[in-house]
Amino acid sequence: MSVAIGAGARGLRRHAGRRSASFAIPLLLAVLAATAIVALTVGAAGIPLSRLPNALGFAGNATPDSLTARDQLVLWSIRIPRIAATAMVGGLLAAAGAIMQGLFRNPLADPALVGVSSGGALAAASAIVFTDSRFGETLRFLQAELLPLAAFAGSLATTAILYGISSRSGRTSIAIFLLAGVAITAIANAGIGLLVFIADDRQLRDITFWMLGSMSGATWTKAAVLAPVLGTGLAACAFIARGLDLLVLGEADAFHGGVDVERLKRISIVMVSAMTGVAVSISGVIGFVGIVVPHLLRLVIGPAHRLLLPASVLLGAILMVGADTLARTIVAPAEMPIGILTAAVGAPVFLGILLRQRGLAAP
Amino acid sequence: MEARGLVKRAGRATLLDGVSLTVAAGEMVAIIGPNGAGKSTLLRLLSGDLRASEGEVRLKQRDIGSYTPPELAARRAMLSQHINVTFPFTVEEVVLMGAGERSLREVGPLVDAALDEVGLSHFRERQLPTLSGGEQQRAHFARVLVQLACGEAEHGPGLLLLDEPTSSLDLRHQIDLVEAARRRAAAGTAVIAILHDLNLAIRFADRLVVLSGGRLAADGPRANVVTREIIRDIFEIDAVVHEADGVPYVLPQSMRAVPASR
Repeated sequence: MSVAIGAGARGLRRHAGRRSASFAIPLLLAVLAATAIVALTVGAAGIPLSRLPNALGFAGNATPDSLTARDQLVLWSIRIPRIAATAMVGGLLAAAGAIMQGLFRNPLADPALVGVSSGGALAAASAIVFTDSRFGETLRFLQAELLPLAAFAGSLATTAILYGISSRSGRTSIAIFLLAGVAITAIANAGIGLLVFIADDRQLRDITFWMLGSMSGATWTKAAVLAPVLGTGLAACAFIARGLDLLVLGEADAFHGGVDVERLKRISIVMVSAMTGVAVSISGVIGFVGIVVPHLLRLVIGPAHRLLLPASVLLGAILMVGADTLARTIVAPAEMPIGILTAAVGAPVFLGILLRQRGLAAP
Repeated sequence: MEARGLVKRAGRATLLDGVSLTVAAGEMVAIIGPNGAGKSTLLRLLSGDLRASEGEVRLKQRDIGSYTPPELAARRAMLSQHINVTFPFTVEEVVLMGAGERSLREVGPLVDAALDEVGLSHFRERQLPTLSGGEQQRAHFARVLVQLACGEAEHGPGLLLLDEPTSSLDLRHQIDLVEAARRRAAAGTAVIAILHDLNLAIRFADRLVVLSGGRLAADGPRANVVTREIIRDIFEIDAVVHEADGVPYVLPQSMRAVPASR
């Protein structure tokens, strides 16, 4: 009896610490909702909060006046699909970053930083140029479906090459991994440069969009491509979370603890590639979301992946919707590429982590 | 646990050359030998982490390769030598990793008991990377104890493998750890530990296995294995073997009888 009471008291104390993590998901959901509402109201055509219920069609008046009709058009055909797609891209990028960091046991791993995004972008840019060419005329109507597939294939190839280079007999060299990522990024960028060289003006505009990252092309179709990937990804996250936790002990010890390490690595690599590739095919290369989000979350809710992965999806969505809202308002009526904003915030955080690691490594 | 004719090659080097070993439930075996003798390789073969080039390892009458990783984890637990945790997991979270998919609610008492046993109850909320090397080693030992307990609850006595479990520990915690392993053996677990401290090995193991150059140099009860001759042959040092309360102990002398003139 006394044992049970002792355990109960300990349980209470546990909740008092940083493990007040059970609040994280509801809190993040609330913040995401608030961010989305702000994002709905601001933009080229401002829709004040008071008109929002009407514009969303919640008020139920049978014959909308012209203002409401305009609001509805703006919201339903432009802003809502854009916010939905942006949130999902943010969620995918952040979760892909968190999974990759778990896989490589390093908080600095990020798909954009080590060339996985560039690999996807190269494949997507190739798809633009070649489906557009004379030979690909018949393929052109397939572009919407082809781009995510090409980007996924490009990301998968890049991740696999990266893992092959940096892992030897179960050990992953982080230095080789980051340097190989630099080299792969350079190769992919050279390929994109070549495509820029042979592209015509319209293709050039599309490719530039890939390099800088932007959510301006978001449509319902694109949101519909993202949703199943995010859904599947979230479901798979629950499946790999425990394995990623144990992987922090190293591959051999994760195996000793009962993890099928080879299968875990295969699933993780496919997930990172699919999530990054599809996000990149919609938004272009957007860096640092995958580093900043999991890093911040680990400080607050701890590194256990069962919570970290879904929380990363939510915080990634919040940051991207916030950044995109900024991107389309600060230089209105023009629009700033969102990749510039995320890099401006993310690069200093990356340097901060690096300096902290240096501090830990110093004698 | 039964290993027959184990050979392990890596490239052109032969790390292990025909080692056979049978360990029964409740037995505590210490593996000793100089650096590079193949001790860790042998342990990794016994854990199923490495595959032998020749020979086979059987655990509970089944080839070790036929178990899936979770099945194997429920029947043998292993503590490795160097584990570097990069993310800020707490001690409690690391120990809970031993319980696989089970939640803290299910195995809370096991986690508490293991933390108590390694003397880290007061550090349970601390982040593992902030602890000293010895404390981290004890936390990992607690994790392995939880894994062993979870497995034994379902499948009966298991196998506990320890690779230099005392390398970072002070004297008191070395003895604590080896005594904890002994208690497991007394309850039916088969324990195999690589130990560098000969006297610790002699004091606690039922049986000593000496490896040298990838081969089994000696295997038997301590009185047969711990002799001046064997120690000189294997470790290339001169040592005096005394006896206290019927237990031999080894007092190393100088490297050679020749004075270091020159």
